[in-house]
Amino acid sequence: MTTTPWKFTAKEIVEKPELFTSGHRACAGCGPAIALRQIMKATRGPTIVTSATGCMEVVSTIYPYTAWKVPFIHTAFENVAANASGIEAALKVMKRKGRLEHENVDVIAFAGDGGTFDIGIQALSGAAERGHDFLYILYDNEAYMNTGIQRSGGTPHGASTTTSPAGRVIPGKPQYKKPIADIMVAHDIPYVATASISSWQDLLVKTRKGLEIEGPAFMHVFTPCPRGWRYDPSKTIEIARLGVETCIFPLWETIDGEYSLSPQSKILALKPERKKKVTEYLKMQRRFRHLFKPEFKHVIDEIQQMVDKRWNRLLKRCNMTQASQS
Amino acid sequence: MAITQQKTLAINGDEAVALAVKQSDVDVVAAYPITPQTIIVERFSEYVADGEVETEFVCTESEHSALTACLAASAMGARTFTASASAGLALMHEILYVTSGCRAPVVMAIVNRALSAPINIHCDHSDSMVERDSGWIQIYAENSQETYDSIIQAFRIAEHLKVLLPIMVCLDAFVLSHTLENVQVLADETVQKFVGLRDVPQVMGHEGREVPFKLDPSNPITMGPLDLYDYYFEHKRQQEEAMKVAPQIIQEVHEEFSQISGRKYGNGLIDAYHLEDADIATVCVGSTAGTTKTVVDRLRKEGVKAGLLRLRTFRPLPLTDIVKTMENVKAVAVMDRSNSFGGHGGPIYHEIRHSLYDSPTHPHVVNYIYGLGGRDMPPAIILNIYKDLQEILKTKRVKRDVQFAGVR
Ligand SMILES: Cc1ncc(C[n+]2csc(CCOP(=O)(O)OP(=O)(O)O)c2C)c(N)n1
Ligand code: SF4
Ligand SMILES: [Mg+2]
Repeated sequence: MTTTPWKFTAKEIVEKPELFTSGHRACAGCGPAIALRQIMKATRGPTIVTSATGCMEVVSTIYPYTAWKVPFIHTAFENVAANASGIEAALKVMKRKGRLEHENVDVIAFAGDGGTFDIGIQALSGAAERGHDFLYILYDNEAYMNTGIQRSGGTPHGASTTTSPAGRVIPGKPQYKKPIADIMVAHDIPYVATASISSWQDLLVKTRKGLEIEGPAFMHVFTPCPRGWRYDPSKTIEIARLGVETCIFPLWETIDGEYSLSPQSKILALKPERKKKVTEYLKMQRRFRHLFKPEFKHVIDEIQQMVDKRWNRLLKRCNMTQASQS
Repeated sequence: MAITQQKTLAINGDEAVALAVKQSDVDVVAAYPITPQTIIVERFSEYVADGEVETEFVCTESEHSALTACLAASAMGARTFTASASAGLALMHEILYVTSGCRAPVVMAIVNRALSAPINIHCDHSDSMVERDSGWIQIYAENSQETYDSIIQAFRIAEHLKVLLPIMVCLDAFVLSHTLENVQVLADETVQKFVGLRDVPQVMGHEGREVPFKLDPSNPITMGPLDLYDYYFEHKRQQEEAMKVAPQIIQEVHEEFSQISGRKYGNGLIDAYHLEDADIATVCVGSTAGTTKTVVDRLRKEGVKAGLLRLRTFRPLPLTDIVKTMENVKAVAVMDRSNSFGGHGGPIYHEIRHSLYDSPTHPHVVNYIYGLGGRDMPPAIILNIYKDLQEILKTKRVKRDVQFAGVR
């Protein structure tokens, strides 16, 4: 694929009408709501949005109100990729039969980590394999927030959730985060990216790429949740940025399976001394508070080791093996 | 309208379904294979591969996704079809309710098959009967001809602006799905003209103006929202109102179809066989009605006033028709090809007994659970059921109200 990245000015973005409007009922400082607003600023024309059950669906469509200025449909929790498949199939056949009013209509499907890593992975994998033309957005707040902060396959190691509580014996979630974006790369789809709400230009450019590309595109967006991660709502962007700066959530993309680091992470590869320790990130969130007790300190080391291991693996995939260990 | 030219094809029930779908100008077919429905999906795949249809065919990774894709395509204003059976239908359970709740007129063929465990691929009605409360219209066909005719009619009924409800057309596994039968088929153009193009109603949009009820970038609406105690109940009541209108539309479409095909199935809702003067009668759905009719013929020759009521639609339940046609019947045996474990009788029994509760003649109503997992229902067993009814008629006493027929 060769597309020249979309160029825009901040002014243009501000002036572009909001397609995900205010008035929704998300908590103050909600990372996923910020992501949706930013993503909808990158649409290029007629767009249909479909979502899985989860916080963002629930806060934005309380009948008879809606925050959506585009056609929107939600059907269930585990099937958003199948929604997108059906919408795209209908668009194709209507176009063929001359019944489509618009030259092109983009399809965006979004789901949380629960709706993607766990219950929705079958429908997602199927839709990716079939090659439907749509952009899938995973907004990752690292737990089932809508139902009260239960662990998911996207919850990080050591985090305390209501189904992986930090107890006297077990220090939060024993398992590590599933490498979901790599799993999507392994589907050999044309575009996969990770993005963070702390780097909004990068998020917008990647959204536009995902829409422009023909076939399935997948974007994993890092979206802190003050309610579930237990931090002050004013810190959402700061925490998202720390996630990138610690390499807990590196920013990269694959075009036709070729990995490349995005600027905010590339700089850390080139200047490893700028890579921050995971403790800086962990200490800001009360979901990790128990890890700072003496008996659970080893978990922080485990987290750092896993972050380094995955970061180095990513560097290799991006042909940046020269980077030193942190 | 005149009865049009038709061809006779020797095809099985599944092939009849695939052909009816091919002729009905369907926009999106999304499906997943399961015995005994597979032939439908395979035949349709061949039509696609040979360029005989313009349909977008989505071969999904599960039934859950198949129905979801149909639902979403239907929300786009497309005409959609899927087919399933048994475990596949059970996997769709969640989305059945979402489909009817979104008022998406999806048409689905169900090839009735037993539910696991133990695993069994043969006919009974457990799979669709358990979904009777899911907000779908249910039509049960007696033979492959009726299956073909019903699929075509189903698009007109489901998509009717006063109905907008999904429909299951049910046919018996193997007995119909895999058995060759002479089926009269209409010309492609005749079917296309009959089904027409799908239309959508106008609804009040979020911005206070009327918009088409579909996902349309020029007129954005939100579908499938969060709907709490302040509106949900009204939406559910609207679904019930649509079910109340459905019988009239089913009958109108059935009547109109008979004018081009020359074929009728009772009044479209029920198929009454020798009930006018019957003292005793059985009630059933599906292919067992065919066998039962031959038994009734035999009894009639012997001077026994026997009859049969076949329900063509189980949802909506044709309650007034049931009461009216059973007016003079004194003993009724309901035949259920599924069981409601621990519930004292099968689902059809519950409905028929309930329907006849207020009938002035107050007949005896008994229940026979039969044919689970494809167990054969030969004429001899049906004859015994009528014998039991004669006994009840004579003694005016019911020995056992619910029993199994044909079980060891
Ligand atoms: C089949 C099914 N199982 C469980 C639920 C309950 N449920 C609704 S949303 C949700 C969690 C959503 O988590 P996620 O996808 O991470 O989105 P978030 O709420 O965190 O934004 C769950 C478990 C459901 N709606 N459907
Ligand atoms: S719980 Fe978290 S994700 Fe959900 S609305 Fe609140 S801040 Fe947003
Ligand atoms: Mg979540």
